[in-house]
Amino acid sequence: MPSVCFYFQVHQPFRLRHYTVFDKSGNYFDEFKNASICRKVANKCYLPSNRLLLKMIQRYEGRFKVSFSITGVAIEQFKKYCPEVISTFDALAETGCVEFLAETYYHSLSFLYSRNEFYEEVRQHIELMQKMWGQTPRVFRNTELIYNNQLAETLEEMNLFDAVITEGADRILGHRNANFVYRPPNCKHLKLLLKNYSLSDDIAFRFSNRGWEEWPLDAPKFARWIDQINGCGHTVNLFMDYETFGEHQWEETGIFDFMYHLPEYILRHPDNDFKTPSEVVRSYPVMDVIDVPHVISWADLERDLSAWLGNAMQSNALHEVYKMEKLVKQTNNPQIIEDWKKLLTSDHFYYMCTKYFSDGDVHKYFNPYESPYDSYINYMNVLNHLRERCKQALTEQKVSEQASAS
Amino acid sequence: MLGWEFPPFISGGLGTACYGLTKALSNLGVKIIFVLPKPIGPETPTHVQMLTPQHCRFSRTVTGTTEKTNELLNVQFQTVSSTPLQPYMTPQQYQKRLEEIIRQKQLLSTQSQQTLDQWLEREIESLSVGPGQYTGDMYTEVHRYAAAAVHLALQQDFDVIHAHDWMTFPAGIAVSAVTGKPLIVHVHSTEFDRSGEHVNQMIYDIERRGLHAAAKVIAVSYLTRNILMTRYGVSGDKIEVIYNGVDPEDNDDRISSQQVGIRSDEKIVLFLGRITMQKGPEYFLMAARKVLEEMDNVKFVMAGTGDMMHRIIEMAAQMGIGHKVLFTGFLRGEDVKRVYQMADLYVMPSVSEPFGIAPLEALNHDVPVIISKQSGVAEVLTHVLKVDFWDIQEMANKIIAVLKYPPLQMTLREHGNFEVRKLKWSGAAQKCLKVYQEVAQVAV
Repeated sequence: MPSVCFYFQVHQPFRLRHYTVFDKSGNYFDEFKNASICRKVANKCYLPSNRLLLKMIQRYEGRFKVSFSITGVAIEQFKKYCPEVISTFDALAETGCVEFLAETYYHSLSFLYSRNEFYEEVRQHIELMQKMWGQTPRVFRNTELIYNNQLAETLEEMNLFDAVITEGADRILGHRNANFVYRPPNCKHLKLLLKNYSLSDDIAFRFSNRGWEEWPLDAPKFARWIDQINGCGHTVNLFMDYETFGEHQWEETGIFDFMYHLPEYILRHPDNDFKTPSEVVRSYPVMDVIDVPHVISWADLERDLSAWLGNAMQSNALHEVYKMEKLVKQTNNPQIIEDWKKLLTSDHFYYMCTKYFSDGDVHKYFNPYESPYDSYINYMNVLNHLRERCKQALTEQKVSEQASAS
Repeated sequence: MLGWEFPPFISGGLGTACYGLTKALSNLGVKIIFVLPKPIGPETPTHVQMLTPQHCRFSRTVTGTTEKTNELLNVQFQTVSSTPLQPYMTPQQYQKRLEEIIRQKQLLSTQSQQTLDQWLEREIESLSVGPGQYTGDMYTEVHRYAAAAVHLALQQDFDVIHAHDWMTFPAGIAVSAVTGKPLIVHVHSTEFDRSGEHVNQMIYDIERRGLHAAAKVIAVSYLTRNILMTRYGVSGDKIEVIYNGVDPEDNDDRISSQQVGIRSDEKIVLFLGRITMQKGPEYFLMAARKVLEEMDNVKFVMAGTGDMMHRIIEMAAQMGIGHKVLFTGFLRGEDVKRVYQMADLYVMPSVSEPFGIAPLEALNHDVPVIISKQSGVAEVLTHVLKVDFWDIQEMANKIIAVLKYPPLQMTLREHGNFEVRKLKWSGAAQKCLKVYQEVAQVAV
């Protein structure tokens, strides 16, 4: 009976160029690096994966379904650097078997720092989804699945969504499992979908790990695990970065083959099917209330905010950039506002993380910096320049106002 | 163990390293006979502690001399009289130093030193031949040390010979040949690090001979290991990399900088090291000038001496930043501690640095650190800022960032101090002991 619900996260930040305190140009982003990374990932992941999904949807005649959350900054870069990615998403959208979710346009941590900016970005992203693929998202996922009761309440108030997605962290579940639809406290309408992190990570992280006792993982084995849930769950939520396919797990690992054959084995059991998040919410009843007073996320083992807020540099950078919001918006200068928003993308703060740095572990995925310190220095230099630009723009405004008044 | 310097008679990192390593080895129960040429110079007022010289060779343990007693329980010192050749000297400096000592001779008149002085004078006279033969002097010095070491070695019982840097290599080879004990050479720096491409062929030859004669080579970093492989043709599996360490010191409260005439709102950026080509002092100055374009409340302190000192002072003046750059001369012991306590940032812009212990000491004193990527210590430190020594713009960018963004300073300090605690001499000593056991086994 379990439904398999796939959701893939697609995101590429606007990475900053090397920017010293001596730089005086308002040109902050590394066009070359961003273009080449986008094209590289497009060739390794987005294009082959999109084509694969299209083939699967056609093969199973509508019985295979997936969902995506694609950030606004990723779409902007696809349009600019590899428009063919957009056309493959268009083709997927046309099948009717793909649902697009809503999130913050700039993949920001705005929920934690500025409610005002959060609303703006969510609306901007919904509009983008409508414009791109004619869908109005009904399910919301916050940046990095950051979530707490307050987020649920805010979304309920916004009255735009049927459900919100987050991590099925052990500490919020207790004795329960992630394979049901839940409800946040104080919410009448909004439902909660939780990631089954164990099965998701089997694909996303462990698939090619030869030290893993289950290696090699093939479609029949994975389908068996899904079958075993029968009776103790309605839905298996497999949420992961889309870059899993072809980028984190290279093509040579057999990840595409695995994916291609998976529906075949899952659909062998007559009780199983594939559903999108909205369908899951419509199909199954709420089983219980899940209380999340403290913030959780899907990052690292801690599943908290420490990847973005773990040291003094990170909290300082975040504090400084959000402190500028009023100043930035006062300028009414679209270029300044856009630059500022691009600086909100969570990746900038992720690069400053010192947690695993000494072990040379994770946090390295397309990290353009040699060290978290370099990344902080660069970010702060850019931020200082942007502040100067704001001040200048406001002075010019005043001068022209005075001129027109007299 | 054959060494050339030992605290407090040091001119660079070699002495510090020998001290740290022997102390840790001694804690592991290794018995060390440390053979040292006798350094006598005008600025070593405490030398009586270690040197109560009779004649050309003598032996004595340090017991009862200083607070080092407990730490160096298993270390016995043997010193060999020698004129003060120092590892980082050029022949010209050596000559100067000789003349200085001859002048100094007239002042020294303590009873206990009379015999030595007479001897020394004779020796010096015999050495001070015409110009153009200075290299001959160094050469003679190194070989006299070797001869004396052999003599000493015959009276002692030991398992392995551990020779530090080129000055002791001939001694190591000789002792090994006479006693049949295996030789380990420890490379703290190579001629290429000291002289760039203008190598002294003779020193290179001595280094090369030592490296090839040794049963095992210890290099202070992979950077040095690479040089030994590519420039000296030493096979990679013969070279073991053992990083230097640093031992945690008690940190006193930071002293106020007013005591030394620096306003409290002024930041201090520190250069600490010999002022020579190898250490890149001119890059420090050029970065300083760039920093001063952006901010004013900074002073740059250059602690150390060296052959480029005068040029650097002039350079600072020419750049118009003379009033912002302070020169302290050579610092030692408590003074080093104090200068670290005052500093907001330590910069090591070395052009070539086999290891570089000073950054570890800075981190130990809670001072954030910028090091050049061309240093061996860059291999072990992650919580520091790294720049190419020639990249003045980036160096200035990072200096300003540390001074301007307190969270950066804080994070560097916290993580750096934590990281440096893992780099103890005891770890180096354990690896060293393993190397001893290996070669001793093969030899048996």
